[in-house]
Amino acid sequence: MADAHILIEGLTKTFRVAERRAGALGKLAALFHRRWRAVEALRGISFALGEGELVGLIGPNGAGKSTTLKILCGILEPTSGRCEVDGLVPWRERIRHVARIGAVFGQRTQLWWDLPVIESFELLRDIYRVPRNRYRTTSEELIAVLELERLLGTPVRQLSLGQRIRCEIAASMLHEPRVLFLDEPTIGLDAVAKLAVRDFVKRLNRERGVTVILTTHDMHDVEALADRVIVIGKGMILADGSLATLRRGALAERRLRVQFTGDVEQVDIPGTIVRRSEARAVELSFDPRVTSAHQLIAQVASRFDVEDVHIEEPPIEEVIAKFYALHSVDD
Amino acid sequence: MTDAGSALRPYFAVFRARFNLLLQYRAAALAGFGTQCWWGAIKIMVFAAFFRSAASTPMTLRQAIDYVWLGQAFLTLLPWSGDPEIARMMRSGDVSYERLRPLDTYGFWYARAAARRTATPLLRAIPMVVTAGVLLPLLGAPQWGLSAPASARAAALFVLSMVLVVALSSAVASLMDVLTVATLSDRGVNSLAGPLIIILSGSLIPLPLFPEWMQPLLGLQPFAGLLDTPMRIYGGHLGGTDAIAALGRQVVWAVLLVLLGRMLMARFMAKLQVQGG
Repeated sequence: MADAHILIEGLTKTFRVAERRAGALGKLAALFHRRWRAVEALRGISFALGEGELVGLIGPNGAGKSTTLKILCGILEPTSGRCEVDGLVPWRERIRHVARIGAVFGQRTQLWWDLPVIESFELLRDIYRVPRNRYRTTSEELIAVLELERLLGTPVRQLSLGQRIRCEIAASMLHEPRVLFLDEPTIGLDAVAKLAVRDFVKRLNRERGVTVILTTHDMHDVEALADRVIVIGKGMILADGSLATLRRGALAERRLRVQFTGDVEQVDIPGTIVRRSEARAVELSFDPRVTSAHQLIAQVASRFDVEDVHIEEPPIEEVIAKFYALHSVDD
Repeated sequence: MTDAGSALRPYFAVFRARFNLLLQYRAAALAGFGTQCWWGAIKIMVFAAFFRSAASTPMTLRQAIDYVWLGQAFLTLLPWSGDPEIARMMRSGDVSYERLRPLDTYGFWYARAAARRTATPLLRAIPMVVTAGVLLPLLGAPQWGLSAPASARAAALFVLSMVLVVALSSAVASLMDVLTVATLSDRGVNSLAGPLIIILSGSLIPLPLFPEWMQPLLGLQPFAGLLDTPMRIYGGHLGGTDAIAALGRQVVWAVLLVLLGRMLMARFMAKLQVQGG
């Protein structure tokens, strides 16, 4: 794919980690001869993104998500393989590359701890050499959309996490990058803040065509944002496609919840499994490829006095957990 | 804006932001000022007793007193430690995120160091110079106060030399930052460099008071340019071509230490890029 905006091919990364030896003697020996252990963080991953794509990168802890992101940001150099972002090799042309990307690492801050937010923004304006009038329009827009007006005079250390992340995202967009890397941007946020972040990222992607790669453990982030999901486990790509495809491959079942008007003894319907049963309610799981939903409902309604029925898919967390278990990457 | 101006814009911005921030630490400056007055007075009393009983002295008492007061005024110009913020980033592993800035990382850190070596001394030097140079003479003790520079030429060379002190001190501090992240500890670097600098810069005892045979060596080492050079120029102890040569040594050391710092930084960052933070 020659016109890919982001291209990764056969990327590997092996870290050398010093082994700790037990006991005083072991520590003494380590002074003279260190033993190293190779840890393979990435074992050949490949994917390509077109301009304006929004992709969720998910996987259990230690799967290689952050390593991939660090390579894309130019912070880390891979052991082997190809990586290009907008035609540049990140770690080789670091300064040019980082001037063209935006990055938010949920667990770190890129703002200055003791400076008021607005001064951090102005410092970033000068660091990224953003022309003044350009900065004025961009910052005004970001401040309005992310509702930062009241926070501008506050030193960063006094912000709540939700406020800080909103400021971080604004900070990463001041130089109007075409690519945005978000590493767990919603970690630790409350529901309102999460929605605000998701909403803004979606708008950036839809309205401005910014290419976004997002890592997260929150499957609702992925569900709300990403059309495409890449699952990484043990340094390899396990799946690359839409959430629906992932669901079909891992946990295709549907669930039917039935509420009865009176007490019911036993619900035994062929092609279903009883997941939970109470005095006046039952939850059945079925495979929609074998049993059709409307036939099932008709069958239930003909045998019992039904007050309410409800069909749902398993929660996305469950699908992912099942997927990890299928690939034995759950830790 | 010119090309050079826009190339340096990020570094000036970092300098300005740090500078403004550090100017806010006035309480610390006031406490420091009190301590430094006290130390200055004790040192002057010790020198007075010592000079009275000595048959011949390598510098006059007048020069020694000026040396002490100016040394106290500009005490925080010395690179006492690396940047605590960078040490914190080293501990938390955030150092690699410095690489996300489209900047030369050494230049970035040097600008921060330079802000620390100007804002902090500025806050402390002004009350100190006023106290020693104006208040003490007004109180009827001009002989114990700070006197005017030896000559107009000495004054001009002193100012020039102080500018070079900032350049040199920032180079030493940046080198300490690089060593801090490379050795994964700020304590080692700071506890080694601290005593070395306080003695070899002349902050503890003016360098001319060290034994005769040590003088050539003391003049050549880099730390003399952190304090001894401008203090001696001010009182006229170092004049003529000797003063120019001393300024030249300040420049040479500043350039060499910047190059050393950059080289170590490049090596360390390459390792960080391969090994991770």
